[in-house]
Amino acid sequence: MCGIVGLFLKDPKLEPQLGAMLTDMLITMTDRGPDSAGIAIYGGAKDGLGKLTIQSANPTKDFKDLDGDLHDAIGQPVTMLVKSTHAVLEVPLAQMEAARSALSHLRPGVKVMSAGDSIEIFKEVGLPKDVAARFEVSKMKGTHGIGHTRMATESAVTTMGAHPFSTGTDQCLVHNGSLSNHNGVRRELKRLGMTFETENDTEVGAAFISHKLQTGETLGNALEATLTDLDGFFTFVVGTKNGFGVVRDPIACKPAVMAETDQYVAFGSEYRALVNLPGIEDARVWEPEPATVYFWER
Amino acid sequence: MQTFDLGKEGLRALNSSLHALKGQTNMTAWEVINPKGAHAIAAGVDAPVDITVRGSTGYYCAGMNKQATIRIKGSAGPGVAENMMSGTVIIDGNASQYAGATGRGGLLVIKGNASSRCGVSMKGIDIVVHGSIGHMSAFMAQSGNLVVLGDAGDALGDSLYEARLFVRGTVKSLGADCIEKEMRDEHYAILEELLRKGEADHKAKPEEFRRYGSARKLYNFNIDNASSY
Repeated sequence: MCGIVGLFLKDPKLEPQLGAMLTDMLITMTDRGPDSAGIAIYGGAKDGLGKLTIQSANPTKDFKDLDGDLHDAIGQPVTMLVKSTHAVLEVPLAQMEAARSALSHLRPGVKVMSAGDSIEIFKEVGLPKDVAARFEVSKMKGTHGIGHTRMATESAVTTMGAHPFSTGTDQCLVHNGSLSNHNGVRRELKRLGMTFETENDTEVGAAFISHKLQTGETLGNALEATLTDLDGFFTFVVGTKNGFGVVRDPIACKPAVMAETDQYVAFGSEYRALVNLPGIEDARVWEPEPATVYFWER
Repeated sequence: MQTFDLGKEGLRALNSSLHALKGQTNMTAWEVINPKGAHAIAAGVDAPVDITVRGSTGYYCAGMNKQATIRIKGSAGPGVAENMMSGTVIIDGNASQYAGATGRGGLLVIKGNASSRCGVSMKGIDIVVHGSIGHMSAFMAQSGNLVVLGDAGDALGDSLYEARLFVRGTVKSLGADCIEKEMRDEHYAILEELLRKGEADHKAKPEEFRRYGSARKLYNFNIDNASSY
């Protein structure tokens, strides 16, 4: 069991409240996944700048003077906002790869959680309320976001095993279920040049979709391909720079409820997660059909 | 009328009040407000009372119900009326997965659609769905009646025993050992009664339905099929 929440805002007036709305939804899903929690939030893109969200098990040491050290390494100014075990680095877009490469030399213990124009990912082990408080998720603004509460089945309870997983620029994926052919798919994706941080099944799902997108497939086609190539149980929610998508395996035993109003599209593993959203009483509420791809983009 | 605010008083207080109603009671009408998708609302009731839930419910609402009439003025989450023994459960909206699963008696009415596995392993319950049902419905259903005014998804009645399945619309596919059977007078009579009790007699007539049941070929181990097991 795991819990998934997602929110895609259509009404810009709600953007300042995105983090607060997602936090409430995430905490409601605590009993589906008390092991760890995470959130991907999209917003605050700045012209010419990209964001790297990084994580360290030893943030005091690793984040000390990191902005200055990176500046020296890439020759461009870097800003850093530390949030507990994570930090968001703002780097000129043209230097993103150089910054990642410098980072791996300067601070080998640091992991990159996400990279892109607008994505930020924060995830840790612990109760969802504690994880949300630690990263001050309720203060975050944005256009759309995805959250996950994890009850681990396929791999260990670690920070890197928490969701969302990001395997491509501005991409992320969360998963409720378990994949049974992930080792075979991982080997094939490695052969095609994808890299992996964990032995986790969900990371394979994320990399599978990222690989499809890299080869020029649309988000819709990439999600469609999961239905033929991935075996096991899954309800996936996928985030991209412009929107989010949902797909459930043909057996569809992992629950999913969606709601749509003029202001937003919302996803919850259960209806409980949606009950405090504005206007939910009059929203169109439905269960996404098995083996059917849904996505919303702006 | 007893009004219970689930948001203020909590689920345990509600269910222990309802469980305290053993057999006869003069508190026969209950209203539950602010359900907000909570789990196990009015599960395990065993008293001839009327309970109205004003809103949508989470997992296992009205599970194991005996005697009570429970109305959900919204949609129901997974496993609504699971293992119901007797009484009536009426859902105004839609029902999620495995509605009425393993139900042994009573009547479950879903005025919207039901998703996958509706009536899985039903053992005597009657289920009337005004809309459509999802895949794998009535899987291993043993007895009782499933009436669907709309369509049925894939693999209807897979590995079916003696439950009767009546579908008015299309059936996407039949499961293993499930076949269409002739409608006889007794089936029209059953349907007429269930449509009336299921508040659907103004929407459909018995002669519009087809009946599906077990071909009874999976009852016993058959050595000729050994290679397919």
